[in-house]
Amino acid sequence: MNASAYIHISLIDLLIALLFVGVTALISYWQHLGLERDIAIGTVRTFVQLLTVGFVLQRLFDASRWYWVVLALAIMTTVAGYNAVKRQAGAKQGLFAMTTASIATGGAITLILVIGVVLRVLPWYQPQYVIPIAGMVIGNSMNGAALVVNRFHSELTLRRSEIEASLALGAPAREAAAGALRESLRAAMMPTVNSMMTVGLVQLPGMMTGQIISGASPLDAVRYQVVVMLMIAAATAVTAMTAAFGALRVFFTPAQQLSPRLELGRHWDAYVGRRQS
Amino acid sequence: MVPAPEECVHSSDDIVNEGRFASMDDPAYAPAVELVHVSKTKPVLLGDSVTQLQVIGDVSFSVPKGEILALVGPSGSGKSTLLRMMNRLEDPSSGQISLFGTDISSLDVRELRRRVGMVFQTPALIAGTVADNVSYGPRLRGEDCDPGECLDLVRLERDLLHRPATALSVGQQQRMCIARALANRPEVLLLDEPTSALDQTAANTVLDLVCRLNREMGLTVIMVTHLMEHARAVGTRVVLLVRGAKIEEGAANAFFASPATEIGRRFLQGELSNEC
Ligand SMILES: Nc1ncnc2c1ncn2[C@@H]1O[C@H](COP(=O)(O)OP(=O)(O)O)[C@@H](O)[C@H]1O
Ligand SMILES: [Mg+2]
Repeated sequence: MNASAYIHISLIDLLIALLFVGVTALISYWQHLGLERDIAIGTVRTFVQLLTVGFVLQRLFDASRWYWVVLALAIMTTVAGYNAVKRQAGAKQGLFAMTTASIATGGAITLILVIGVVLRVLPWYQPQYVIPIAGMVIGNSMNGAALVVNRFHSELTLRRSEIEASLALGAPAREAAAGALRESLRAAMMPTVNSMMTVGLVQLPGMMTGQIISGASPLDAVRYQVVVMLMIAAATAVTAMTAAFGALRVFFTPAQQLSPRLELGRHWDAYVGRRQS
Repeated sequence: MVPAPEECVHSSDDIVNEGRFASMDDPAYAPAVELVHVSKTKPVLLGDSVTQLQVIGDVSFSVPKGEILALVGPSGSGKSTLLRMMNRLEDPSSGQISLFGTDISSLDVRELRRRVGMVFQTPALIAGTVADNVSYGPRLRGEDCDPGECLDLVRLERDLLHRPATALSVGQQQRMCIARALANRPEVLLLDEPTSALDQTAANTVLDLVCRLNREMGLTVIMVTHLMEHARAVGTRVVLLVRGAKIEEGAANAFFASPATEIGRRFLQGELSNEC
């Protein structure tokens, strides 16, 4: 055993953990769930993805250069922006850039405050702090942006006639869609607000668990978790707000009209693609 | 046969003769609404793929001030699309639409929509009371508005003002929607099948109302309808649209007495079923 306080997992231990997969696969087989293939692929991906990330993070931590950290943050933000629109049922065209920018905005503001003002990390780019904290901020911002986009799209479809009636009376898009915007923002913030209500009662948050396992005192870990909860709330709120205003520009034309993308739904991307080529 | 609502008495000739407007030959004369070579192609879903469909093809006509134009045609002929382009809920693919001589695409779109009111087939309610609905337009611009006065115009009792809009009957809601458009003091009123969702009595009330607003306020009205008795009851002029093309344009009396085209004749006899 080396100097650190916690138990290390050897490669042999990792292989033993495969027994869990065996149990999962057996249940699927017995109950004819037909999930064996997915379980196998999922297992391989879990191994490959996490081992790769571990390798990359190790290099990042060893190098400890600000530009590698900034590059990592940029990649994380872009992937999050893409994921936020990936499952959007309707048109994606123009949304990816918008969600990425919203996540960058919400993420940057929160990260600067946490790293620079609350934790006062020196030097600021110390990957040990920046990367995990950014991961949580960006991950939650991603969910917020996705919820805003999805909800806004369905609210517009649902309230179409009311919105067009308002537009026809001379309302600007932001006014005509005020109800839809409010519902979208609420939908994006609810998970965060709910988790602030129940945190610690049902399960311990991942980061806190990790800190405790690696030897931090629970009292210390809890302080970190409080900061994390509040920063996630702020990041989600700022991202959701930015994404809501971005969505307004995507789903309405400059002449305050509902965009035809609303009617074409998932066919919009193919349509725009064909028109551009 | 249903009892016909009170007929509108004047035609454009009467108005010109009364001297309220310059003659139509006067170069200074600008129609309330004028369409010049308007076409609209839009992407529509056909089955599982998107097709560019020409919905309106090279339509030109003009609506003199103070007229009630009945825009008629089989369903799917592009009437709603044409109407929606007049207050820019949609834009033409080519051609030009003018309001009193000014290209509407050069106007501020919100001011355009204030000047050109619109009422839809199914009353679209804004959340809140009748008063909230009626004063919506003026409040947007920070102007005062007496919602009671607007209700008077459409003959709705003032004690409805503080009811939720959803508590009204559909006929009352439709009149409230007209009052809501009137609160903006529009110069032109667009009505998209305003009577189609209503029973006969409520429909007649709306038709009477349209006539009265036109007569008393000189409001220019464009009313889309597929119901010929409703077009006949209020229209002073008629445009017949079939498959996105203008087939006939003229005085309502002449059109209903004897259509100029074979298609027009067949349409009046109900032989043109829904086109696509
Ligand atoms: N959302 C849509 N999906 C498919 N086709 C549409 C859609 N909107 C309009 N169209 C087509 O455009 C044409 C004109 O529609 P519309 O203006 O609503 O006609 P009208 O009001 O005369 O019934 C129709 O032939 C219709 O097929
Ligand atoms: Mg229609």
